[in-house]
Amino acid sequence: MIDRTMTPLLEVRNLQTHFFTDQGIIRAVNGISYDLHEGETLGIVGESGCGKSISAFSILRLIPNPPGKIVNGEVIFEGTDLLQLSDREMCAVRGNKIAMIFQEPMTSLNPVLTIGHQVMEPMVLHQKIGKKQAIQESIQLLSKVQLSEPEARMNSFPHQLSGGMRQRVMIAMGMSCKPKLIIADEPTTALDVTIQAQLLELMKGLTRDIGTALILITHNLGIVARYADRVLVMYAGRIVEKATAKKLYSSPSHPYTIGLLASVPRLDQDLKKSLSPIEGQPPDLLNLPKGCAFHPRCRYRIPKCFTQSPELEQISDNHEKACWVDVH
Amino acid sequence: MSSSVFQNQSSHRISTHGVGSVLRSIFAYRISCVGFVIILMLVIMAVFAPSIAPQDPNVQDLYHVLEGPSRRHLLGTDDVGRDLLSRVIYGARVSLLVGLISTAFSAIIGVFVGLIAGYKGGITDMIIMRITDTFMCIPGLILLLVMAAALGPGIHNIIIAITLLGWTGFARIVRGQVLIIRELPYIEAAHAAGASGFRIMFKHLLPNAMAPVIIAVSMTIGGSIMLESAAAFLGLGVQPPTPSWGEALRIGYSYLEIVPLFSIAPGLMITLAVLAFNFLGDGLRDALDPRLRGEGKKVE
Repeated sequence: MIDRTMTPLLEVRNLQTHFFTDQGIIRAVNGISYDLHEGETLGIVGESGCGKSISAFSILRLIPNPPGKIVNGEVIFEGTDLLQLSDREMCAVRGNKIAMIFQEPMTSLNPVLTIGHQVMEPMVLHQKIGKKQAIQESIQLLSKVQLSEPEARMNSFPHQLSGGMRQRVMIAMGMSCKPKLIIADEPTTALDVTIQAQLLELMKGLTRDIGTALILITHNLGIVARYADRVLVMYAGRIVEKATAKKLYSSPSHPYTIGLLASVPRLDQDLKKSLSPIEGQPPDLLNLPKGCAFHPRCRYRIPKCFTQSPELEQISDNHEKACWVDVH
Repeated sequence: MSSSVFQNQSSHRISTHGVGSVLRSIFAYRISCVGFVIILMLVIMAVFAPSIAPQDPNVQDLYHVLEGPSRRHLLGTDDVGRDLLSRVIYGARVSLLVGLISTAFSAIIGVFVGLIAGYKGGITDMIIMRITDTFMCIPGLILLLVMAAALGPGIHNIIIAITLLGWTGFARIVRGQVLIIRELPYIEAAHAAGASGFRIMFKHLLPNAMAPVIIAVSMTIGGSIMLESAAAFLGLGVQPPTPSWGEALRIGYSYLEIVPLFSIAPGLMITLAVLAFNFLGDGLRDALDPRLRGEGKKVE
């Protein structure tokens, strides 16, 4: 079980990442805070463009600058603020202490380098080990991620592998330095359902084995329900609800979360009940509505929502939401 | 039947880089094959010139000047009675040397500059590319003339001048490629794995940007040979008595009516060499860039 009394592995405090474009400032991540403990799995869910990926990229400082910039906040990882590190120190963190798994297995591997080369890269960069040992460990890693014929695959090029196999390679790359934290940005979105389940089980198992914390970014609520310990729901660059996965599903409190859950089919509900999508479009980040960003689409809105933006408030143990209305 | 198809697929390993695949793509196209064979012959000619040439190219025979072809001199003799065939064979040395060395320097400088400009972007990119544009404005022959006037004629200065003219093309090609490639997820993945900027440039970006560079190398060698010949034709290249095609053309030009072969032989060699490198480049482009692949070019 996760000990929440210990100092968290990762503390994100008031993180703000903005993009400065010709049209104006896009506040992609607009003041989010959360903790992550060792070995914990945190799900971040939200619609496309809600800032969930950007918030994760900001942790590793992989925001393309210009136009993007982390304008405010702290990312405290193992006691040091990553945002204060020099570029060189940051390179020593990336892939070593914090690894990332990307959503596009088809394009996230370099087409001109062999699989072996790419799996070894983090090891070669961060650990002082010989080539022979790196090759040995890479083969072990590839068999751990259940890639068939790992030794032969070392010399394959990415185009010779299927999408699922490539994502296994990506996972192996992420695990190669036994990182403290893995950020998986929609790791299974591009794969078919059977492979998705396999890979998530695999990731869950591997992270448990080496005690790695996992940030799982996804728009698939089913994945979050099954694999995450705690969940952040993001909307328009802010966290609107923060809860354990169980609580989020049993008693969602923010209208947006309720809407999200009502818009996916659930096996434990009457099949005849039709799905109810959230009306309207995700907000234009260039000009967010005044007050609560969700109010134009919210069916519970009250006059206060039009003028004042709610902050996260504790509503019960391990459950916070940012909404003026008590919805149940 | 289906099992054989699968077997075939698994045994057929295609690599997207390496000398082997470049050679394979050369031979897959008739035109680059022709170019490659001609280049190979020219190289052999240049390297083994002392064994191939029937006579010493520098021995003058003032009793037999400006002669037509004979058994003793297969292509005739020049204005001081030297064997034209031997001089043409030896001439390949200068042309290939200048073409290869200046292109190598151009490629190294251009690739480096282009990588930095494309990868760094922003103000660095702007400054580097404006400098590149400035270099592109310099007219080739004028630069050759100025260099020769300032530093004296000679093979070194020709190589320097051609390099100064040639690197800009590489810089622009590589920058353009890098601008596309650096946005791809695998570059982001390399960043996330903790690779430094230097490593990303040379390990991840460069190999993926190589295909057009290889094509440009071939084309640029042809262009460099042409420039060297032009310089030699104006008397700015290698100094006599070193045999060179451009220089032979310059002298032969004065005797065009008496011994046409004196001009035709070196002229043909220049044409052949430039064409061969362009053919090779064309074929390589077809092989390495599938979008430009036309119909019916591939030998099956």
